[in-house]
Amino acid sequence: MIALLKRDLVLALRAGGGFGLGLAFFLIVTVLVPFSVGPQSSLLGTIAPGVLWLGALLACLLSLDRLLALDWEDGTLDLLATAPLPLESVVTIKALAHWLTTGLPLVLAAPVLGVLLNLPGPGFLWMVISLALGTPALSVIGTFGAALTVGLKRGGLLLSLLVLPLYVPTLIYGAEVARRGAEGMTVATPLMMLAGISAAVIALLPFASAAVLRVNLR
Amino acid sequence: MTLTVTDLAIARGGIPVLEGLSFRLESGQALILRGPNGAGKTTLLRTLAGLQRPLAGHIDGAEDRIAYAGHSDGLKPTLSVTENLTFWASVFGGRDIGPALQAFRLDDLADRHAGNLSAGQKRRLGLSRLLVTGRPIWMLDEPTVSLDREAVAMFADAVRAHLAQGGSALIATHIDLGLDGTILDVGPYKAKPVLDSDFDGGFL
Repeated sequence: MIALLKRDLVLALRAGGGFGLGLAFFLIVTVLVPFSVGPQSSLLGTIAPGVLWLGALLACLLSLDRLLALDWEDGTLDLLATAPLPLESVVTIKALAHWLTTGLPLVLAAPVLGVLLNLPGPGFLWMVISLALGTPALSVIGTFGAALTVGLKRGGLLLSLLVLPLYVPTLIYGAEVARRGAEGMTVATPLMMLAGISAAVIALLPFASAAVLRVNLR
Repeated sequence: MTLTVTDLAIARGGIPVLEGLSFRLESGQALILRGPNGAGKTTLLRTLAGLQRPLAGHIDGAEDRIAYAGHSDGLKPTLSVTENLTFWASVFGGRDIGPALQAFRLDDLADRHAGNLSAGQKRRLGLSRLLVTGRPIWMLDEPTVSLDREAVAMFADAVRAHLAQGGSALIATHIDLGLDGTILDVGPYKAKPVLDSDFDGGFL
């Protein structure tokens, strides 16, 4: 399992691996928002948590179609399915590798980009906490979507349509944590909902992903 | 260590291709699959490897003992030959990759990226993966595609060494490998076309 994780991380960092794609997209969105919305710093501060969360979500979505498709095209998935590794752990490792190469950089970049959007002082901590709790769920749900659409030519469009509704609860509670945090209100309720969604998704969805992958490999 | 297949029926894309197929594969034995294009050789190998379910029949002794090599080699172009092989070795329990590199004369290419290899060299790397799996039954689908004469001999030697160690192999191929294996022609087991019995002809 560690070998698979290591290989996926190395592949992401090598030329053409797509590492930094999500991060660059996130950067572009947050840099362009002040230009399009205008320079009123109070308005920017109000929308900053929502914009950062939306940017992070779309950045996660951007790299999903390569998640399993590349391994499917070159036959690696067939070979992994016949290997001693259970498919459940294969998809979990894939999701973890996706989070480490896409989600984690977004979490780390969010406070820096928050400055550009005039995010209020108390919001920085909650922005990072909400993204750190929420992005793993985005990766796991995305892996499920990728497993559903693996083998389809140009499955990226279908993948986005399938995954977007599943992303909505995470977005609502994640952005709510960040917004309440920025306004200095109590964040306990949305924070627990967000943590609950992530925990449930991480615990259950790998089984569903492995099951649909088995069907798709036939 | 025997693979036993009893009365197997398999389908591809929902259409039955083979039925009533029974055979035994003993250790130390090579079985050469023959049959025209589309006869169902690939589907049979995928079914035995556990990638799809049979329509009917039993497969005994296949669980976790099969090393499958399909049409594509599962190589990553941006990883080197050593990295590709080391990955598969650790997935299958961390065997030494040295003998596998030597058997297919990949030593000189060890540091090259797989993306820069020729088609035949890629195939050799894909086949060398079989040696690091340590699995007793090899399921090979057209293993000699894009191999030159010398590499085919290399491959035949590897299969012979594997059989000598008590392994077995099921090989779908159209060329003569010079192995003294039993030939299994899947032609006679071709599934009869399904008549659309739902259609109510009497009504017309």
